[in-house]
Amino acid sequence: MSDLIRLSAADLAARLQSGEVSSVEATRAHLDRIAAVDGQVHAFLHVSDEAALATAADVDARRAAGEELHALAGVPIAVKDVVVTQGLPTTAGSKILEGWVPPYDATLVERLKAAGLPILGKTNMDEFAMGSSTEHSAYGNTHNPWDLDRIPGGSGGGSAAAVGAFEAPLAIGTDTGGSIRQPAAVTGTVGVKPTYGSVSRYGLIALASSLDQAGPVTRTVLDSALLHELIGGHDPRDSTSIADPLPGLVAAARQGATGDLTGLRVGVISELQGEGYQAGVLARFHESLELLRGAGAEIVEVSCPHFQYALAAYYLILPAEASSNLAKFDGMRFGLRVEPEQGPVTAERVMAATRGRGFGDEVKRRVILGTYALSAGYYDAYYGSAQKVRTLIQRDFAAAFEQADVLVSPTAPTTAFRLGEKLDDPLAMYLNDVATIPANLAGVPGLSLPSGLSDDGLPAGFQVLAPAKADDRLYRVGAALEALLENEWGGPLLAQAPELEVAR
Amino acid sequence: MSQATVDLVDYDDAVARFDPVIGIEVHVELGTRTKMFDGAAVTFGAEPNTEVTPVSLGLPGALPAVNGTAVEYAIRIGLALNCSIAASCRFARKNYFYPDVPKNFQTSQYDEPIAYDGFVDVELEDGSTFRVEVERAHMEEDAGKNTHVGGATGRIHGAEYSLVDYNRAGIPLVEIVTKPITGAGERAPEVARAYVQTLRDLFRALEVSEARMERGNVRADVNVSLRATPDSPLGTRTETKNVNSFRSVERAVRYEISRQAAVLDAGGAIVQETRHWHEDTGVTTSGRVKSDAEDYRYFPEPDLVPIVPDPAWVEEIRAALPELPAARRRRLQGEWGYADAEMRDVVNAGAVELIEATVAAGAAPAAARKWWMGELARTAKEREVELAELPITPAQIGALQSLVDAGRINDKLARQVLEGVLAGEGDPEQVVVARGLEVVSDDGPLLEAIDAALAAQPDIAEKIRSGNLGPVGAIIGAVMKATRGQADAGRVRELVLERVQA
Repeated sequence: MSDLIRLSAADLAARLQSGEVSSVEATRAHLDRIAAVDGQVHAFLHVSDEAALATAADVDARRAAGEELHALAGVPIAVKDVVVTQGLPTTAGSKILEGWVPPYDATLVERLKAAGLPILGKTNMDEFAMGSSTEHSAYGNTHNPWDLDRIPGGSGGGSAAAVGAFEAPLAIGTDTGGSIRQPAAVTGTVGVKPTYGSVSRYGLIALASSLDQAGPVTRTVLDSALLHELIGGHDPRDSTSIADPLPGLVAAARQGATGDLTGLRVGVISELQGEGYQAGVLARFHESLELLRGAGAEIVEVSCPHFQYALAAYYLILPAEASSNLAKFDGMRFGLRVEPEQGPVTAERVMAATRGRGFGDEVKRRVILGTYALSAGYYDAYYGSAQKVRTLIQRDFAAAFEQADVLVSPTAPTTAFRLGEKLDDPLAMYLNDVATIPANLAGVPGLSLPSGLSDDGLPAGFQVLAPAKADDRLYRVGAALEALLENEWGGPLLAQAPELEVAR
Repeated sequence: MSQATVDLVDYDDAVARFDPVIGIEVHVELGTRTKMFDGAAVTFGAEPNTEVTPVSLGLPGALPAVNGTAVEYAIRIGLALNCSIAASCRFARKNYFYPDVPKNFQTSQYDEPIAYDGFVDVELEDGSTFRVEVERAHMEEDAGKNTHVGGATGRIHGAEYSLVDYNRAGIPLVEIVTKPITGAGERAPEVARAYVQTLRDLFRALEVSEARMERGNVRADVNVSLRATPDSPLGTRTETKNVNSFRSVERAVRYEISRQAAVLDAGGAIVQETRHWHEDTGVTTSGRVKSDAEDYRYFPEPDLVPIVPDPAWVEEIRAALPELPAARRRRLQGEWGYADAEMRDVVNAGAVELIEATVAAGAAPAAARKWWMGELARTAKEREVELAELPITPAQIGALQSLVDAGRINDKLARQVLEGVLAGEGDPEQVVVARGLEVVSDDGPLLEAIDAALAAQPDIAEKIRSGNLGPVGAIIGAVMKATRGQADAGRVRELVLERVQA
């Protein structure tokens, strides 16, 4: 395995800047790795070799010409297939968009391109980001690099697996209820869901507009901070975008890496531990707490009593918004078009046939749920009540952040389960996101980083939550814990992952 | 589906026995530079599907962003309709599948309109005023335009295929909804027409829309129901969609009153439904039935944040409102000294702006009215066009009148000059020169003509000399004929008398 692919993005960027390595070399090394292992991992739905190498060559030429470049210029990146990319197929993991090539770039893709990051390709995901295992992709499973028989998490299993399998140093994910953080937890990688509104949603194929947020998927906390600063910031094309500048994220990560957390109050959420949580996951969580205490942090217990209703509220709000967001997929203007085999070919019947064939079961399940929840006579009982719960959860957070600067919990209750294990039990699948969903409902930022290996030898995740617009706290605490843990482990957790068999 | 024969009750009979209640929804397309939620241009007549962006096409990933000018225009309309402006309001999604709605939901305002609880005073033809209460004015986006190809009717039934043009999709609309309009009685059709016309004039005065009915900038849906007496509960209503001229609004209301009366007389029930208006035959036909099953699943648009107009900004907009048409009419009537009936005729003829411009060009108000409401009104009627469409400008009328005032032409010549201008022969001055129409003001040629006429008719000359002035007219007539009407008849008379007495 080439050393280049093992480097963090920050280290690779430093070598690119010093001229020790070219972007073409780095990009080619990652494309080679994809060719070697993606047959087993299947993190990518589309690999854009030529475009990536062209960007890399351009960055190298500009660097040679002495042009001032972005810190991450030339560092390759993978993008979740829910983000539209001009000229690159974008399917959101659905048959209904098979072959669709968007005519425009998402704002965050524009920013990646402007900064000169070669885009390696588009990563696999649960269809329209509905799922926690990537098994709902219409294009096949992604496999966890730690154990190919296990799920990589979801919906962004492709991005997490790509980073975990050293196919890309950086990736973009999206997180509606945990789709960045839960895959990070089960693949031993780092993922951040920024404050709602801090990264533009323009060009993200919407799942639930009031919950969706794009963010970084990386192997280190510092890399996430670097990528977050690049893609974040105000965008007038997204009306929910926050006008304030981002706090200093990279600076917070560097400060945190010194390992000093003196005076920091860390709140442990009582409701997000105990029953349903794997023993090894809880053990790693408590060990991490001790490390934080050792670094000077004060550990306090906080209660968020309404979190018990979060999952129920989430599974009303999300399907309701999704049922409306997904209405546009009707075969009339783009993507799949299916004409009925019998009977008249009317617009209504073409829409029905297209949606019938183009959407998978989980998408249909949620569209039906959401349509029902918004129906006249049910709106107040379902959507209306769910919004009230959402307000209560926001109040829980507000009260908890009075007592603590950050809140922490295990990211997911368990380590990666086996492919197929929960596919027939939607409720068991939904429970994977019990710890991540509250942050989406409240719009607050969250980070997951590896806390070690559980008793089954698989990675467990540690989640840090901060108040809205205080994403810098995630990076300070995350970087500190990462440094303390790696000190214990003698290196990154991913160094303990099994070597993948390399195809020739 | 067309119904071959429909029973109708004579209108007068219908309104004698039933109390009509109407309600009107007017959609106006705002004349903003760009669309409601994206940067695509608002234009008319562009190649289909060229004025679009990922947002107005509803492509995956695209997000709306509110057009601030459209909000300002909506507030302007709300204020002009005497509405309260919401301190905060939201957009909602109205979900329904139809190919002309790119997202399969329309972004509209539902329970939180930007303006609510207003009224507009409508002037009727007899000069009386009728107050129409406004329930709300809200913002929304237009849909694309479907063209059904291959059928006989241009409607979807029987068409082979349909085309969609999304240039119109996303154009900002303001929808103005009245409260039920009661108390109009037999004048309900006229009130409906006058209301829509008043709004049209208002949109133009506010400069929020070109408000051209023929382009669909202003579209009206008219709701009509009948009840036994003004004290009875409201009857079941029908909604006739897209009635797009003032005359049609009046006719459609009138038709529905007659039709519903016939249904009720026959012991039937009115079906709550959407109806189509047929301009050619002057009837409405049943469209789709509006049942309770139609459920738009409204919910607040999560891609947009609430609109919270700064009260100071609203007051700035209020202070900058232009003079509204009714106030302006009152002011102009005073300035021009027209009688009520005269002013009403001018308004009904659509001549207010024309007369105002003619007066500005120097003509006296009475003269300006005389031209536009007389000779030109007749010409417009003959040609079956609006006054404003005649190929003559207020400036030209002003110039014509100043020739009359200067005595260079008389009224009869002026009509010939007018004819020349309308025939495209140029400005009045050019027509006078080209046709040689100027009044002969030099006595020399007149005396020559008088002498010739007296010589030609010696018996008449003798009668005049003997003091019988009766036949003077014959001499004047001969002189006018000889000078092709360019003589001043008064002057000719003076000269004739001087001549015979000399």
